[in-house]
Amino acid sequence: MAYTVVGKSVTRVDAVAKVTGKAKYTDDFSERDMLVGKILHSPYAHAIVKSIDVSKAKALPGVEAVLTYKDLPEIRYATAMPGVIEAIATDEVDVAELKYGTAGHPFSLDESHRDKEDRYILTQKARFVGDNIAAVVATDALIASKALKLIEVEYEVLEALTSTDAALKEGAPLIHDDCERNILASGGYAIGNLEEALKESDHVIEGEYETSIVQHCHMENQVSHAYVDSDRRIVIMTSTQIPHIVRRIVAQSLGISWGRVRVIKPYVGGGFGNKQDVCIEPLNVAMSLAVGGRPVKLELSREEAMIDTRTRHAFKFKIKTGINNDGKINGIHITAVSNTGAYASHGHSIASSGGGKFRYLYPTKALKYDPITVYTNLPVAGAMRGYGTPQIFFAFESHIEDIAKKLKMDPIEIRKKNLVEVGHVDLLSKNKIMSCSIRECIDKGRELIKWDAKKALYKEQTGDKRRGLGMACFSYASGTYPVALELAGARIVMNQDGSVQLQLGATEIGQGSDTVFAQMVAEVLGIPMYMVHVISTQDTDITPFDTGSYASRQTYVSGMAVEKAALEVKEKVLAFANRMTDIPAHLLDIKDQFVVFKDSGEQVIALEVVAMQSYYDRVNAQPITSDVSNNARINAIPYGVTFAEVEVDIKTGKIKILEIFNVHDSGKIVNPLLAEGQVHGGVSMAIGYALSEQLLFDEKTGKPLNNNLLDYKLPTIMDTPEIGAAFVEKEDPTGPFGVKSLGEPPIVSPAPAIRNAVFDATDVAFNRIPMNPQRVFEKFKETGLI
Amino acid sequence: MFKRIAFTVNGKAYNFEVDVRESLLDVLRSHLGFTGAKQGCGVGECGACSVLIDGVPYDTCIYLAVWADGKDIKTIEGVAEKNGELSDVQKAFVEEGAVQCGFCTPGLVLTTTALKESGKDYTREELKRELSGHLCRCTGYQSILKAAEKSLEGHVCTCVDSPHYKGK
Repeated sequence: MAYTVVGKSVTRVDAVAKVTGKAKYTDDFSERDMLVGKILHSPYAHAIVKSIDVSKAKALPGVEAVLTYKDLPEIRYATAMPGVIEAIATDEVDVAELKYGTAGHPFSLDESHRDKEDRYILTQKARFVGDNIAAVVATDALIASKALKLIEVEYEVLEALTSTDAALKEGAPLIHDDCERNILASGGYAIGNLEEALKESDHVIEGEYETSIVQHCHMENQVSHAYVDSDRRIVIMTSTQIPHIVRRIVAQSLGISWGRVRVIKPYVGGGFGNKQDVCIEPLNVAMSLAVGGRPVKLELSREEAMIDTRTRHAFKFKIKTGINNDGKINGIHITAVSNTGAYASHGHSIASSGGGKFRYLYPTKALKYDPITVYTNLPVAGAMRGYGTPQIFFAFESHIEDIAKKLKMDPIEIRKKNLVEVGHVDLLSKNKIMSCSIRECIDKGRELIKWDAKKALYKEQTGDKRRGLGMACFSYASGTYPVALELAGARIVMNQDGSVQLQLGATEIGQGSDTVFAQMVAEVLGIPMYMVHVISTQDTDITPFDTGSYASRQTYVSGMAVEKAALEVKEKVLAFANRMTDIPAHLLDIKDQFVVFKDSGEQVIALEVVAMQSYYDRVNAQPITSDVSNNARINAIPYGVTFAEVEVDIKTGKIKILEIFNVHDSGKIVNPLLAEGQVHGGVSMAIGYALSEQLLFDEKTGKPLNNNLLDYKLPTIMDTPEIGAAFVEKEDPTGPFGVKSLGEPPIVSPAPAIRNAVFDATDVAFNRIPMNPQRVFEKFKETGLI
Repeated sequence: MFKRIAFTVNGKAYNFEVDVRESLLDVLRSHLGFTGAKQGCGVGECGACSVLIDGVPYDTCIYLAVWADGKDIKTIEGVAEKNGELSDVQKAFVEEGAVQCGFCTPGLVLTTTALKESGKDYTREELKRELSGHLCRCTGYQSILKAAEKSLEGHVCTCVDSPHYKGK
C-alpha cells in the first residue's frame, strides 16, 4: 500500500533532545536532600550469613539506615514516619512469605503460569558473588561506601556450584531448597514420532554445541530513586523497560497494595532485556521506607551492574537429526541445558522461548525438544535481546552446516529444502505463517556477498590467512502470543490546532518506538510528523496500561493499539465535520491537515477548524480524544538470514570479518533509517557474542574476573566491520501497516554465520562461542592446523 | 578539604569551592546542572562523560574538578547556537540516524566537534581510532561513523585506498 509517512526515514522524534543533552534520564533528575543507597554484596558464591553486626556502620555519622534481611519484611514497621508508613502498612497484603519473582512478564491469573518466586530483597543465604546481603542509606556516596566496610558479617561458606555439571551432580548442595538436583524447571515439547522419523532416515547425525554467558552492557547502568510523596504513595523513578510491571513487583515484594505505587520512566539509556526485569527497585523502596519515606537514590556501578543485574543464559545443546539423501530432514531431537544462575528471573521461559521460535523455520515430521534450566552459583540470567534464540540458532545453524559438510551438500540448498511455507500452522502455538520471505532474503544475501564467485575463489586454500563464507537463517516472533498476554494501550488527545498528544504504555528505550508510533498516527490522521507530540515519559499514574518494551512487540503489538487509537480519533473528526457540514462522514477523509472528499480529494474544511469547534462550539463542544487498549491475540513470524565472509589468521587465531550482511523479512518497514539502525546494533552485539564477549568466573569460587568494560570485550568502533542491512518488504496481513518485528531478530543469526564462515575457511568446526583468538589458537593446535 | 577554583563552562565564568575529591563530572552534573555529560562506567572506559577541556575531549569521571581550575570547558549544552540552531556535527548525527538510546551521544558529538575544530584531515581508520574511546551498544557504530565523516566533510581522506575514493 502507498503511504505518506509510514515507510519514510523521518527524523527520530527524540533526536534533537539527545544531541543537545536536553534528553533527561533517571539520574538527571534529583530531589532535594536526596540520600544515597549502597548495597553490601556477598563475596562468596554460596554461603549462609551466620551473624551480621551493623552497629559500627550505624554509628558512622551521616549514616541514616542500615538494612539486613532481618529488617525485611519488618521494614514496613521499622522506622515509620508517623502517619506515612502506617498508612502503607495498613494496606499490606496478607502474604505468608515475601518472596517474589523479578521477571518482567505480565501477571498471570493462572498460578501455574507465574514466574518462580524465589527472591528476597535482602538475603541470609548468598547464592552468587554479588548477592545482596545488606544495604546502607547515607547522606552521600562516600559515607555509604565507608559504612559498607563497617558491616561485620560472618559467613558459613558452602561449595560454589559454578557450572551446570557441578550443580547437577549427585549430592551437590541445593541452591534453593525446593529444587531437587538444582533443576529450576524442565520440559519442552514433542511433535510426531521421533523414533520412527530417525529410523526411516538415510543418515542420523549428531552434534554438541555450547554458548557462553554474556552481558547486555547498555550504556546507562541500572539507576533509580524512590520516596514517599505527600499523598503517602511510593514514587519510583527508574530506568526500566516495564514501568507497569515494576509497579506490580515492587508492591508484591513489599506486600503492599499495587495502587500505592507510582513508577515514572524518563529516557532510558538502553536496556536490551536487562531492564525487562526488576533488579533494584524493591530494595530502593525499602531503603526509602527505612528512612521515613525520604528520597533515596540507588545507582549501580558498572562493576555491580555487570554481575548483579542479569546476564544471557549459557546453553549446552545435544542435537540428533535424521535426514534423507535428498537433504530432507525427517526428525530433530534437541536436548538443552540452560544455566540460569542463582535465581530464576525469566528462568525456563528462555529455553522455552528459544525452542518455540525455532519451530517456525524448518517444520519436520518429528521434533522433540528437551530443555532443563539449572540453578548455579553464578549471576542471575534473564532476558536479553533474542531471549533464547541466539543460543538455539547458534546450535542448529551450526549443526545443519555440519550435516551439509558431512553429506557434501550445498549449505544453502539443504536449508531451502527444509524451509517453512506460507500457510503452515504451528501445531503447538496454532500460529499460522501468513507471510514468509526467507527464500527471497537468502537470494538477496547470496547476491550481496557475491557468494558463488567467492566460494569458487576460496577453494583449496593453504596459506596462513584463509578466507571463507558462511550463512545462517532464523525465525522469530512478534510478541509472545499465545504464551503470554499481549495487551497494549494508547491514548490520543487532539489539540485546538489539530495537532495531537500521543500517550503510550510502550516504552522508548532507544529502539525508536516513539518515532514509528508517531509515524502511524501521522499517517492515519493526515497530519505531518511535527503535529504529533509523543509523550515519551511513562508514568503509571497517567500512562495507559501496556506491559512494556520486550519480545520485539512494540511496532507490532503496541502499534495495533496506536493504529486503533488514531482510527478512533479520525472517526470522531469526520463525525464532527459531518455535524458542521452535513456531508456524510463515510464520504470524507483527512489529508494534509484538511478534511477532504475521499474520492476527489477536494478540501472540505481545515482540520484546525474542526479541532477548534470541538473545544469551543457552544452546543457541540466535545474535545476529540481516544483511549484504547488492544489485546493482540495473534502473532506474525519474521525471518532473516546472515551472510558473512571472514579471514582467519591461522597463526594468531584472529578472525576478521570482511563482509557481513543481514537480510530481514520484517514485513513493512515503517522507518528504513531506524530499521537499519536496529540491524546494525543487533549484528554488532552478535559479533561480540561470536568473537569476543564472555563473562568469566573463577571456577572454584565463582568470583567474576572481568566485570568491567575494559576486560569484558565489548566491540569498539575499531572492532566493528561495515555491516550491511537489507530488507525484503512484504506486508504481513496481521500487523498494523503490514509490520512484523525487527528489534531482536538481528542478533539471532550472525554468530552461526560467522562460525560457518570460519569452518569454510579452515575446515575446523567451532562448536563453542565466543571464538576468541585464544580459543581459536588452541583449537588449531589441537586439530593440527598449527 | 575544599579548594576554590575558577573556570568557564560554555563561555560563562564560574568561581566556587569544590571538594578536592570530586570529579569534574560530579561538579558539572550535581552542582552546576550540566546533566548532558553522562556516567556510564565511572572509571574512564566508556567515554559517555566526555567534555572538551580547552578544546580537547576528556573523560570527566576520572578528571578531578580541581584540575579544571583556569580551564575553558565545553559541554554538550554549549554545542548548539544560542538561538537553538544545531551545529553541523549535531545535524549530521540527527540526519544519519546516529542516535538511538542517546546515552553515548553527547560524548561522541563533543569528540567529533573537537576533530572538526582541529582542522586536520583524517583517514577513516584514523577517525575510528579517534572515536574509539566511546562505547555504544545500540548502533554498531555504523551511523556514528557516517555522521562523523559527514561532519568532517572536506577533511576525510579521499585517496585511492579510502572508502571515500571518488575515482577519476
